[in-house]
Amino acid sequence: MKPTDPAITWLEEKPLGLTERLYLPLFLQGLSITARHMVSRKVTVNYPEVRPTVGNPLIYRGVHRLNRDDAGRVKCVACFLCATACPAHCIDIVATESPWPDREKYPESFTIDELRCIFCGMCEEACPVDAIELTSLLDLTGKSREEMVFDKEKLLSVYDMTKDAEPMKSKTLASEGMATFDHAPGHGAAAGGHH
Amino acid sequence: MNLLPSPAIIAALVKIGLLVGGLMTAAAYLVLLERWIAAWVQDRRGPNRVGIPLTKIRLFGLGQPLADGLKIILKEDFTPSHVDKVLYNAAPLVILAASLAIFAAIPFGSVLPPLGIPGLPDPVPFLVAPGLDVGVLWVFALSSIAVYGVLLGGWASNNKYGFLGGLRSSAQLVAYEIPLGLGLLGVVLASGSLRLDTIMNAQAESGVWYAFAQPLGFIVFMVASFAEAARLPFDLPEAEQELVGGYHTEYSGIKLLLFLVSEFLHMITAAFLIVIMFLGGWHLWGVTGAEQDIGWIQALLRFGILSAKILAVIVFFMLVRWSWPRFRFDQLMNLAWKVMLPLGLVNLVTVAAVEEFRPQLVAALGPGLAKTVAILIPWVACIAGWIVSGVFTPSGTDNTPILTHDPLDIERELADHERRERALHDDSTTELAGSR
Repeated sequence: MKPTDPAITWLEEKPLGLTERLYLPLFLQGLSITARHMVSRKVTVNYPEVRPTVGNPLIYRGVHRLNRDDAGRVKCVACFLCATACPAHCIDIVATESPWPDREKYPESFTIDELRCIFCGMCEEACPVDAIELTSLLDLTGKSREEMVFDKEKLLSVYDMTKDAEPMKSKTLASEGMATFDHAPGHGAAAGGHH
Repeated sequence: MNLLPSPAIIAALVKIGLLVGGLMTAAAYLVLLERWIAAWVQDRRGPNRVGIPLTKIRLFGLGQPLADGLKIILKEDFTPSHVDKVLYNAAPLVILAASLAIFAAIPFGSVLPPLGIPGLPDPVPFLVAPGLDVGVLWVFALSSIAVYGVLLGGWASNNKYGFLGGLRSSAQLVAYEIPLGLGLLGVVLASGSLRLDTIMNAQAESGVWYAFAQPLGFIVFMVASFAEAARLPFDLPEAEQELVGGYHTEYSGIKLLLFLVSEFLHMITAAFLIVIMFLGGWHLWGVTGAEQDIGWIQALLRFGILSAKILAVIVFFMLVRWSWPRFRFDQLMNLAWKVMLPLGLVNLVTVAAVEEFRPQLVAALGPGLAKTVAILIPWVACIAGWIVSGVFTPSGTDNTPILTHDPLDIERELADHERRERALHDDSTTELAGSR
């Protein structure tokens, strides 16, 4: 692009004021800001000893978990909405006929490849029964690829591990008076039981 | 024939060993200090993990320089195929040798108490080359030679970033040698000596540090030292955002280490010179005294005070790095030639006048009042010079391209013509309206 191009708008620099020309006031200002930050509270933490705090666990996107219902069964109804929504294709579900009367299907196996997952949270948004959720666990490590493929038992164990610190998001939201799909009219048998 | 070296040579070797060892350690720990200050200013914690190797003791990360050094030494010493091999290998050696040799003339304390060793003149000064009458000249000559290291490195790299870094460095260092010299000349005039130890003694005896007696010289020298050490806001030779690494882009491993160490040595040199020439050296009112025959406690106290002052100046250097953005190159040149050079001259003239008429001042006003007046006059010159140069010098070069266009660009030509016509018409109508 040439400097004569009519698409370029040449802006005039604002003329410097007296304080800017004398440099000293700005000099002191810059130094005072730097000095203030030297002694201010640090935003980083000594990581393995001190855990970083997660701002809002409700919107944090960490490791997945599969929620259990009140009877301790997996909440998932194997509708495949999460696997369909997943842009990384990391969810693999094998559905089978449910042994329980309140739903038709349940997942025989439910695996998430955590290495392929991009932690976008689409699965959580897609789920109609709030079965899959992202926790605020942020350090996910493993020594092999196989170890990083989480199966149903592992995902349920993540729920068992985190349910006390982070209750199911639908319940938290309901207790805060916010509408959730669980309470929408004509939803499912699981929601109908509460009314 | 006596084959043993004389006590004077042994003393010199001991001093060199202490100085080089101390300087290398200091440079390593200054890297850690720089990283700490960078982290604290940015609200981070900084390196605090590495302590004593093979233990769990951390010591706030004081083992970090060891790890840093080992890492960079163990890196591959890679020489690109397109470089000028001889100059490429010589550049880091030149710069490091020059930066270390500077310290031969820089005193790092006052004097030791008499040791009583035969063949050794008492008292022993904290100086590798005592009695060097051209100390200041030596320091400046060698710091100019250190520039060759930068230039050679940039040229030999055969790389556009290295080349630009070398070019910028040469222009910048040539420009700032002059204010540096002018700032220094005031001190030389006032103390009447080119020996750095004499300059310190003069400040200790009068009790007036030259930073107070010559504020303008202090400012000019300080700014020029920042530029000479290529520290922010004057680090254009190695501006990472534009030039990758500047003159040391093509260097790796131990050669890069030599460059980085000599950069920190430059900063230490600058801090030494600022403290020795303007901040009283080892002198502190009511603590160190000014006399030359002293005991061990006082000798060590003076050494400690000098070191503390130097550390404070270096911390200031590092704080400045995170306080202000880098100058643009035209602003840098403006500052050197249109601000610092005139201010340095003003300082020189003021100091020369004050020193010339000091006897008359003392005779007319008495010693106490004369001292006050001799300090006040340079301060007035400083404030006046600062305001004048701030208000009247351009802050940069107008680099807006001149809008020219192709003569065959008929459309634009017509539009311009029409605009001129309309402007002419508007002017004439307003004139007519005004005349009625």
